[in-house]
Amino acid sequence: MTGKSRNHVRSLRHIFAAPLIIALLSLVGLVSALAGDGAADWLSWAALLVPPLAVVWAMRKHRR
Amino acid sequence: MTRGTIRVWYLVHKWTSLICTLFLLMLCVTGLPLIFHDEIDALSGEPDSMAAAGPPSSSDAPGLKSLDALLGTVLANAPGQVPVFMAFDNDTPLMTITTAPQPDSSGADMTIHVLDRATGEVTGRESEEGVMHFLLQLHTDMFLGLPGMLFLGAMGFLFFIALLSGTVLYAPFMRKLDFGTLRVSRSRRLRQIDYHNLLGIVALAWMGVVGLTGVINAAATPLRQMWQMGELAEMTLAYAGQPPLPPSRYGSIDKAMAAVRAARPGNNPQFIAFPGGGFSSKHHYAVFLQGTTKLTEHVLTPALVDGESGVLTDIRQMPWYMVALSYSQPLHFGDYGALPLKILWAILDLFTLYVLWTGLLLWLGKRRAGADAHVREVESGGLVAAAE
Repeated sequence: MTGKSRNHVRSLRHIFAAPLIIALLSLVGLVSALAGDGAADWLSWAALLVPPLAVVWAMRKHRR
Repeated sequence: MTRGTIRVWYLVHKWTSLICTLFLLMLCVTGLPLIFHDEIDALSGEPDSMAAAGPPSSSDAPGLKSLDALLGTVLANAPGQVPVFMAFDNDTPLMTITTAPQPDSSGADMTIHVLDRATGEVTGRESEEGVMHFLLQLHTDMFLGLPGMLFLGAMGFLFFIALLSGTVLYAPFMRKLDFGTLRVSRSRRLRQIDYHNLLGIVALAWMGVVGLTGVINAAATPLRQMWQMGELAEMTLAYAGQPPLPPSRYGSIDKAMAAVRAARPGNNPQFIAFPGGGFSSKHHYAVFLQGTTKLTEHVLTPALVDGESGVLTDIRQMPWYMVALSYSQPLHFGDYGALPLKILWAILDLFTLYVLWTGLLLWLGKRRAGADAHVREVESGGLVAAAE
């Protein structure tokens, strides 16, 4: 990553893109296990695994 | 975002967080083992979790003992007590019958008898002691009853405002930073801020839902009283003004259940509330029916049956605020998606603990710095540290 792109000002859409996707997936995860068993449970587990995975990803890729 | 706007949101974030943090830390610490209370109870051999073979006690499968006979067995062993609740299970033939000295006795005076509906035997009493019960009381009301519950609900609301204001501040802070940036080598403060922001933003939706459903659960008592004085009073209007039905004239529970099952075939009861308590009128058995699908199972529908004659008075859907309360329980406890969901609940609870803890450290570290210095810190993405 160059110094220039590191310092440019990001738009609100850019800042909240990843957080919004993670939040929507979390909500899908919270609701789907309420709605059914089996596949709905698996969807719930996968979706709610996204927040911890995002932290693991950041710790591996974005520590500086 | 102007400096003035950031300043307002910074102050909102600071004060809402400061007021609720100690209580939220307590809630996260006590909540962590409570997520696994079924597993912990099973390990420690609580009577209600011992494996019992047979059809579920909430069903009307052949071979299950009559409710009147079970109640007779319990009352014979509990002299001077009257029945107040009967509660059923969807997985095992185990059920509970709660007795108390009076129909309107408080929870502290109640005794919960555990029975096996397949054999008709009393298997034990649900203990109101032990570590898990202590943690649950601390988590629910800090041993202060209704005022404690409402207080913790207010703390949950402040937590929600703190989440909201933290999300607003995330925008100016991240203006020049990529999502997931963790600057771990510059200073301890910068590392704490980056982790605080990252864990806070990824767990935001979960924290918001668990926080708000906690607030709704904290309002359970006033919501239930509102339903009892409103909808329930309307359903049993014909009985208004009659003297309360004394326990000596209580009629057959099996007859009452049969009347309910005839009106709503396919729906199983979650629990039955006896007359005179907080969940019924002074003259009725209130049978709380579960929905028939996984999604509606949590939403209970009350069927009011004349406590003496066993004739059905009315069945009516719960009002919206009671439906909200019904969904707030699983969504707060995380007990509706088997063990993997509980483990994810625990991970996100630990994230919340970390966000609370780093938030406290960040405040302690620069608590003498003025608001302007903190606003500059937010604006610069943490590069200009708040000066003392």
